[in-house]
Amino acid sequence: MKRPRILIVDDSSVMRKIVERSLRQAGLEIGDVVEAGNGIEALAAVREGAFDLILSDINMPAMDGLEFLRQLKTVEEGKGTPVVMITTEGSESRVVEALSIGAKGYLRKPFTADQIKERVSPLLEVLR
Amino acid sequence: MNPALDSRVHVTIRPDSSWALLLEIGAKEVFQIMLQSELKNIPQVEELTVSGDVTAMVGLAGALCGVMTIRCESRTAEKITGRMLGSVGTVDPSDVPDAIAEVCNMVAGNFKSKISQLAENCLLSVPTVIRGNDYEMVTVTDGEQVIVGLSYDSAPIWFCLAVHG
Repeated sequence: MKRPRILIVDDSSVMRKIVERSLRQAGLEIGDVVEAGNGIEALAAVREGAFDLILSDINMPAMDGLEFLRQLKTVEEGKGTPVVMITTEGSESRVVEALSIGAKGYLRKPFTADQIKERVSPLLEVLR
Repeated sequence: MNPALDSRVHVTIRPDSSWALLLEIGAKEVFQIMLQSELKNIPQVEELTVSGDVTAMVGLAGALCGVMTIRCESRTAEKITGRMLGSVGTVDPSDVPDAIAEVCNMVAGNFKSKISQLAENCLLSVPTVIRGNDYEMVTVTDGEQVIVGLSYDSAPIWFCLAVHG
């Protein structure tokens, strides 16, 4: 089976590295990982080639995660891609908003490798 | 106004005596989860002065307006960065401000989530990092400060919440 191609969207390059490392530490078999620093870069990456899973921060400059999620639905290559939102905010309403516009789950920072596995595994299982 | 704040009940929250402990717990949790490291309490911390040449700050807006800062020495910031990234040996200097900014962001978010009225009524800004010692932070209105000094790998790290009046 082809290993899933993953897009990690966060304005912090350190956090992008931590997310990728956590996915691998959790024992998830992942393929190519592409990074984007905000929603605009992420949409450009999606237009270049579809992903199997997207993990996106909410609070980012230029285009935040919620707007990215809205615009992703209008991009042919991104319409069906599951998105897990990553947030530092304790705000339930932002999480609810993300879920209402199509996010498949959310992860609150700080997170453990087990927590990321718990959110991501069911979404990758569907690909099998 | 940000739509995320627009529909909320307009409340103003002031610091109380529990906030220093909540900030301490919030910081310790972030280090435990993201760095697998323990922040320790410093004996006679009140005798020390907040210092350090790396400062990360995150703004808070809404029911609480203010700034959360983390301040430490460069060497400590490098150690934190290496630990966060699981690096062995030298740390890429360009990762240091990013890592400290992210720690500040997570501590602010974790602290905020511990105060029920803040979780829904206060948003965080994108973090900023200052390098150097020679600066003074001045807020345009009088306010209160919550300061917590802890030790990471035997060096002090300061968590400060300046609340605007």
